[in-house]
Amino acid sequence: MQLAREELEQAYKQMKTIREFEEHLHREIMTGSIPGFTHLYAGQEAVAVGVCENLTEADFITSTHRGHGHCIAKGCDVIGMMKELYGKADGLCKGKGGSMHVADMDVGMLGANGIVGGGPPLATGAALAAKLDGKGSVAVSFGGDGSCNQGPVFESMNIAAILKLPSVFVYENNRYSEHTHCDYVIASESIASRVEGFGIHTVKANGFDFFEVHEVMKELIAKAREGNGPCAVEFETTRFYGHFEGDPQNYRAKDELKDDRENNDCITIFKDKVTEAGLLSDEDINKLDEEVNSLIEESVDQAKKSPLPNPEDVTTDVYVSY
Amino acid sequence: MTEKTYREALTDALFLEMRRDENVFVMGEDVVGGTGSPHAEPGFVGGVFGVTGGLHEEFGLDRCIDMPISEAGIAGTAAGAALAGKRPVAEIMFCDFMGLCLDQLMNQAAKFRYMFGGKATCPMVLRTTYGAGMNAASQHSQSLHPLVTAIPGLKVAMPSTPADAKGLLSTAIRDDDPVIFFEHKTLYTITGDVPDGEHLVPFGKARIVSEGDDCTLVATGRMVSFCENAAQALADDGVTCDIIDPRTTSPLDEDAILDSVEKTGRLVVVDETPPRCSFASDIAALAAGEVFSSLKAPIKQITGPHSPVPFAKELENEFVPSPTKIRDAVAEVVNFK
Repeated sequence: MQLAREELEQAYKQMKTIREFEEHLHREIMTGSIPGFTHLYAGQEAVAVGVCENLTEADFITSTHRGHGHCIAKGCDVIGMMKELYGKADGLCKGKGGSMHVADMDVGMLGANGIVGGGPPLATGAALAAKLDGKGSVAVSFGGDGSCNQGPVFESMNIAAILKLPSVFVYENNRYSEHTHCDYVIASESIASRVEGFGIHTVKANGFDFFEVHEVMKELIAKAREGNGPCAVEFETTRFYGHFEGDPQNYRAKDELKDDRENNDCITIFKDKVTEAGLLSDEDINKLDEEVNSLIEESVDQAKKSPLPNPEDVTTDVYVSY
Repeated sequence: MTEKTYREALTDALFLEMRRDENVFVMGEDVVGGTGSPHAEPGFVGGVFGVTGGLHEEFGLDRCIDMPISEAGIAGTAAGAALAGKRPVAEIMFCDFMGLCLDQLMNQAAKFRYMFGGKATCPMVLRTTYGAGMNAASQHSQSLHPLVTAIPGLKVAMPSTPADAKGLLSTAIRDDDPVIFFEHKTLYTITGDVPDGEHLVPFGKARIVSEGDDCTLVATGRMVSFCENAAQALADDGVTCDIIDPRTTSPLDEDAILDSVEKTGRLVVVDETPPRCSFASDIAALAAGEVFSSLKAPIKQITGPHSPVPFAKELENEFVPSPTKIRDAVAEVVNFK
């Protein structure tokens, strides 16, 4: 652990913000006040934050249908996001995108994506743009275990490899492709072993531990930045909720979620590590928790008060000009 | 003006736009040809139809990128690069192959701006070839412009002349929205006068190919010259036609079509696609809805049949609307009582 105090605080705050954002949505969705389909990222926070703390606004990421965590970690405005999820006119995407399409070009966040495997081809393009610009930016695509079986993802990895693009393919293996176990749908020994077949340097790592994620990514991203071509990583992780909100999760082992909450909660693991090492005190953590809670409360308060979209705007922003 | 082929006019546009803006680059299968070969120098293909030939000599292999046979990867990479600020001109060899990359066009490029609340732009061009007439059979002969015309967020251009090929491609490259650019594979060798230097043809502005009083013919691409042939034969019988080439099917110059139908009172739409949910049915519905009271006869749609494009010459000729069929359709509506 060679992170400065501010970096530790930032990492914790980001993870906790994602967690509370998702916990709020989980409660609120049951009341019916959040429209549409929502896929929660709670449980996987260490991956999004461990990756994105190694990136700048000049770097790009693409995300997935389970994208709130990546968006927050990459610096999307939390209040704007909450407004978007409530379908409000002043949401980050003016109420046009919703949960599956949160994006903010200004911070290099090229979009959550409703299509599994939709992001990696786009990240490959962003990496090509970065290579042509020659300013050392990288493009990271987040994908789950489900995305690793999509053809366009294979094509993207091959293209990134032959063109030596500054691409980083992050696979978050949370065990289930929707409702189907990864062991059944992935024929190779692991995602990592398959990706290596593309000639891409690939690492397998523990996604429950922020510090491991951060360290692995620091090295991989630096290599990609230096022009060594693409790299990839498979993180073992878990989601605390279903594929979508409302998923009864009948496919899980009896005590799987309980066990994950008790033993594999990346936020608890982080807290234990930093307090035991004396890097942050319980008091520090409590203070950060309060900051996060007030941010989420503020975001919900503003989201609820925000205006609904004007029906006339259904046809705005289809084109730049038409 | 210089006389050029349709192919040369397209290449001309690429040279000029790549010189003008260093963010413009070309990518696709064999757009250079030979990149990385231990047996040849790059550049011996220049695109299978020769449109990107010679570009790499001036702009280098960084901006002229040979891609693997990975249509989804090509379209997705182009969309991502455009989202990140570049102006890629990607080539999909035959529009039939759009089946492999439709997600990247339909769900990604077309929708970024809308889904992201107007904050994103995706200035990519996807050049592709279309059309029957080369005995290329069912998977290399389709005309799939109706498919992408139906997708909000995409623009669709389909030049019928060398001058428009240059002007529309230049406009497509400068356009901030994603453009699907259809080049008819039988037109590459036709010649015509092409303006020298910068030449831009606006999108959504039809070309009035010829003017007449008795019937409006609407057609794009190769079908424009078929309509001209038909109209010449009809003129001998004293029947004159407006021929309107919309040039872009999205955006569509509705006014040019409707104004003409109001004048002539008759409409024949010609397109070499199957008939259902087609560009022809779209134009017919437009006219029926907007200028019904001007119509003196039922609207005719001359299209291919509801079948794949066949291989053998006799079958393919039957599939494609012919000048004779167009002439007969016009004669029928003109004589309608």
